[in-house]
Amino acid sequence: MSYRYDYEVITQWIAPGEKVLDLGCGDGSLLKHLAEVRQVQGYGVENDPDKLLACTRNGVNVIQMDMEKGLAGIEDGFFDHVIMSLSLQAMHNTQGILAEMLRVAREAVVSFPNFGYWRHRQSILNGRMPVSESLPHQWFNTPNVRFFTISDFDALCEMNGIAVRERLAFDEGKLILDEPNFLASVAVYRLGRGG
Amino acid sequence: MIQPQSVGVVAPQRAHFAEPLPLRSGNTLPEYELVYETYGELNTDRSNAVLVCHALSGSHHVAGHYADAPNSVGWWDNLVGPGKPLDARKFFVIGVNNLGGCHGSTGPISINPATGKPWGADFPFVTVEDWVEAQARLADRLGIQRFAAIVGGSLGGMQALSWTLQYPERVAHAVVIASAPKLTAQNIAFNEVARQAILTDPDFHGGDYYAHGVVPARGLKLARMVGHITYLSDDAMGDKFGRSLRHGKAIYSYDVEFEIESYLRYQGDKFAGFFDANTYLLATKALDYFDPAFEHGGNLPAALAPATADFLVVSFSTDWRFSPARSREIVYALLHNQRNVSYAQIESDAGHDSFLLDDAQYHALLAAYFDRIKV
Repeated sequence: MSYRYDYEVITQWIAPGEKVLDLGCGDGSLLKHLAEVRQVQGYGVENDPDKLLACTRNGVNVIQMDMEKGLAGIEDGFFDHVIMSLSLQAMHNTQGILAEMLRVAREAVVSFPNFGYWRHRQSILNGRMPVSESLPHQWFNTPNVRFFTISDFDALCEMNGIAVRERLAFDEGKLILDEPNFLASVAVYRLGRGG
Repeated sequence: MIQPQSVGVVAPQRAHFAEPLPLRSGNTLPEYELVYETYGELNTDRSNAVLVCHALSGSHHVAGHYADAPNSVGWWDNLVGPGKPLDARKFFVIGVNNLGGCHGSTGPISINPATGKPWGADFPFVTVEDWVEAQARLADRLGIQRFAAIVGGSLGGMQALSWTLQYPERVAHAVVIASAPKLTAQNIAFNEVARQAILTDPDFHGGDYYAHGVVPARGLKLARMVGHITYLSDDAMGDKFGRSLRHGKAIYSYDVEFEIESYLRYQGDKFAGFFDANTYLLATKALDYFDPAFEHGGNLPAALAPATADFLVVSFSTDWRFSPARSREIVYALLHNQRNVSYAQIESDAGHDSFLLDDAQYHALLAAYFDRIKV
C-alpha cells in the first residue's frame, strides 16, 4: 500500500459518508483510507490490469475505464467529490477530463507535480530534464504527457471558468505559502463549477 | 500456495421436489428433480457456499471427473478446485443442472407423470427467474440460507444477477461474467436462426421426436454452428483457421474445403450427438426473455435497486455476442444504486468463449476477488 502526504489534504476536504470517485486510483489506497476515516462510498477508476488487481486485493471498488474518453455512463452530479491525485499530468485530454470531473461531481480535487518547482527549473538550467520526488521518472519512461506549472493551471482554470475554491502547495510535505510556483513541488486544488 | 489441483473424482447427486413449482409463463411444474454436484465442504456456519450457474449448454458437472471416465472433466474445471481461483478448500461449491436441461434434471426428455411419456414439446417454458426459484429450493434443501457468492458466465451471469433481485438477502457476492441485462435484437436474431434450424428439421416432429426414435440432429447441428460463430471473435477464427484449405487449393465441391468448415461441422456433429434439441430451444428462449428492466419501463437502475450484493462484473474485449457495453450497463445501474461494484474488461482475443478459458489476468482477478470474500 502506498501512502502519500496529499492524501491528508484530500481527506480534510471529504465529509463523512460522501460519494467519492477517484480517477487513476492506483492500488486503491486513498479510497481505502477514505473508507476507513470518512466512511465514504468510494469507487476507483483505472485502466491498468495490474492496478485493477491491486484494488481488488485491497477490497476497493474499481471500475475499468479509459478516462481519456471521458466518464460517459456516470450521471451528472452523482458524486460529492471526484479526485484525481497526481494523474492529471499523465492524461492527454486535460480540458475534457476537468469538464467531466465537474460534470459528475459537486467538487473536484486535483493534485499534480509542479514543473515550475525551483529544483526542476535548476535541472533544466543545468541542461537535464528534472527527476525528483514529485517527478520520479526519467524522460524516456515517464507516464507524464503534460508538463505544466501552478501558474499554468491557474490560467487554465480561469480560461475554462473553473472556480479555484482552495489551493494548497507543498515542498515534499511542507506547506508553502509564499511563491508556491517557485517553491512548491506539488499542488492540491479544490475546484468547483465557476459562475 | 499449493499447486492448483483437480477436485478429483466427483459424483452427481439428485434432489426430488414434490411441491409444484409455479412458472413465469403461468404454467406449473407439478414435481421435478434437480441433479447437482458439490465440491469442498460446507462449513459449520453454512456460510461458504458458492453457486455456479451454467450457461446455454452447460451442466451441473462444473469440476472434477467421474470415476469411470477420466476424460469427463467438468466445464469450469480450470476455475474450481484446491488452489484454483474458486478454491474448494475455502468454499463449498455447487453446480446444478437447470430445469429443462438434458443432463439429468427434469426436462423435455423426462417422463411427464400425466402421460407416462416424455414431456417433449409439452415441457413448459422456463425462464431465468424460474431457474433461480428452483435453485433456491435446492439451497433450502442443502441448508444454505445465504450464498457467499453466486457466479455465472453468459446465461449463467443472468442467473447470478437475477438471484440478487429475487433473493437479495441470500447473496453476499455476485460475479457476473460476459453477461448482459438483456439480449439485443441481434442476439435474439441469432437465437431465432438456431431455433428455426431445429423447428424445421423433418426429424423434429413437433418436439415429440423421442416417440419416433429419431433426433433432429441436422437442425441441432446447424444451431450449434451458428452459435459457435458468435462465440468466437473474427480475429480468433482468422488466427486459428484463416483461409486454410484442406486440399491446398479449391476443388469446387460442397464437401469440406476450408478448415473453418471442418471445425464447425465437427463441433455441430459433436453437440448434436449428446445435447437435446428441446432443451436448446428452451434455453435460447430463456435467454431471450430475460429482461429485469422490462417491468420497470426499461429502467435498469430501477430494476436493480433491490440488489444488495457486492458485484464483480467482467467482460472480454473481443466478445461481440455479450459485448463489454452490455456489462457496463449493469455496472452503471449498480453504481446508480450505490452498490459495491467492480468492473474489469479483460483483453482477450477469444470472443465470448473467453469466460471459459484461463487467461492469466482474468483468473488472477477472480482469485483476488474470491480471496477477499469472508466466509
